Amino acid sequence: MTTCDRALVLQAEFDGELDAAQSAELAQHRETCAECRANWAMLEAARRAARDLAYHAAPASLKAALEARAGPARRRLSWREPVSFAVGAALAAMLLLVVRPAGDNAMLATLVDDHVRSLQPGHFYDIASSDKHTVKPWFDGKLDFAPPVKDLAADGYPLVGGRLDYLGGRAVAALAYEHGKHPINLFVWPERAGSPAPFAAVREGYNIVHWDAGGMALWAVSDMEKDELEDFARLWQKAP
Amino acid sequence: MERDSAFAAVALPHLDAAYNLARWLTGSGPEAEDVVQEALVRALTYFPTYRGANARAWLLRIVRNAAYAALNARRATATEPLFDEDAALPEPADPRDDPETALIRARASSRLNALLGRLPAELKETLVLRELEELSYREIAEVTGAPIGTVMSRLWRARRLLAKAAGSEP
Repeated sequence: MTTCDRALVLQAEFDGELDAAQSAELAQHRETCAECRANWAMLEAARRAARDLAYHAAPASLKAALEARAGPARRRLSWREPVSFAVGAALAAMLLLVVRPAGDNAMLATLVDDHVRSLQPGHFYDIASSDKHTVKPWFDGKLDFAPPVKDLAADGYPLVGGRLDYLGGRAVAALAYEHGKHPINLFVWPERAGSPAPFAAVREGYNIVHWDAGGMALWAVSDMEKDELEDFARLWQKAP
Repeated sequence: MERDSAFAAVALPHLDAAYNLARWLTGSGPEAEDVVQEALVRALTYFPTYRGANARAWLLRIVRNAAYAALNARRATATEPLFDEDAALPEPADPRDDPETALIRARASSRLNALLGRLPAELKETLVLRELEELSYREIAEVTGAPIGTVMSRLWRARRLLAKAAGSEP
């Protein structure tokens, strides 16, 4: 039975979300609106009721368990450090030459972390298949978009599987490819406004190539040489 | 490692909020613990992309996504919802209340808790984030991925239901 159209504005006032001008404007209206009075009483009743709701504080065991879990995570994250030190030194000069859009460092770090984690035994793919007609439908219902899946076996980059990943707070598709003994991760998610222009980068010894296609942002990560990875990107874009 | 201790410093102050949200969304203590643990592992992975803006909203968003994933997995395996001892028991009485008031309060409180437990997840999380965690509309929008207008209307609907339940006799 809502006839007053200020209900949500009134609620915003109740929650301290209005600025002084909006608040003053609403105050004038409230003087004469019976419905606003009733709604205000409802909001107060809801807040009183909310005070009786249970607040579930974290159990002490959770904190302890987390500390225990931080152990393996620490080891897992540090094992590649010697590698990145060795390779990193050799690549330092190259790094200086790569011009990257500001703010993408964090993204690159996340991609490389995820790539490294996927290389642990059994983590490279959730679905093992070289058939794009098997891999593509596997993502149905798992993602809010349909990732483009292509097999480049004829060009020496066979598709080996796919997996679901979480990057930067969203679910993304990760397509697993191989080239000889080099694994390649191709991360796919819908392009957002302000996503960077195509570029190539190197981070901690891993090459990263980024491009856009059909409204999707694609990021290939691998330990292959930059030229090879760019070749993979070119072939991928040309493939049907 | 430096990154891990930096992460702990950012995440630990919000552990209660993380657990409270997971507990309300999953309706189960053990499941909430699993969700929070999973979320913290994910959060550590994304930590490089964390820009130091709003730690609580950032972490709660990850917890919320992990809770939804757990709910979806539970739905997919179609098991019965876990029996929740905590929710079935009335809240402990406030010692300051006399016995009669304490009884009324306990009844009202368990009724309200049961109501919130039954609300659709999007209403539940909005109410929990606003009334129990006192997040701003903008923060709630950030955590739930909903536009602010949607946050406002969800909050309105949840509050009406809560106020109505509080006003009715058991």
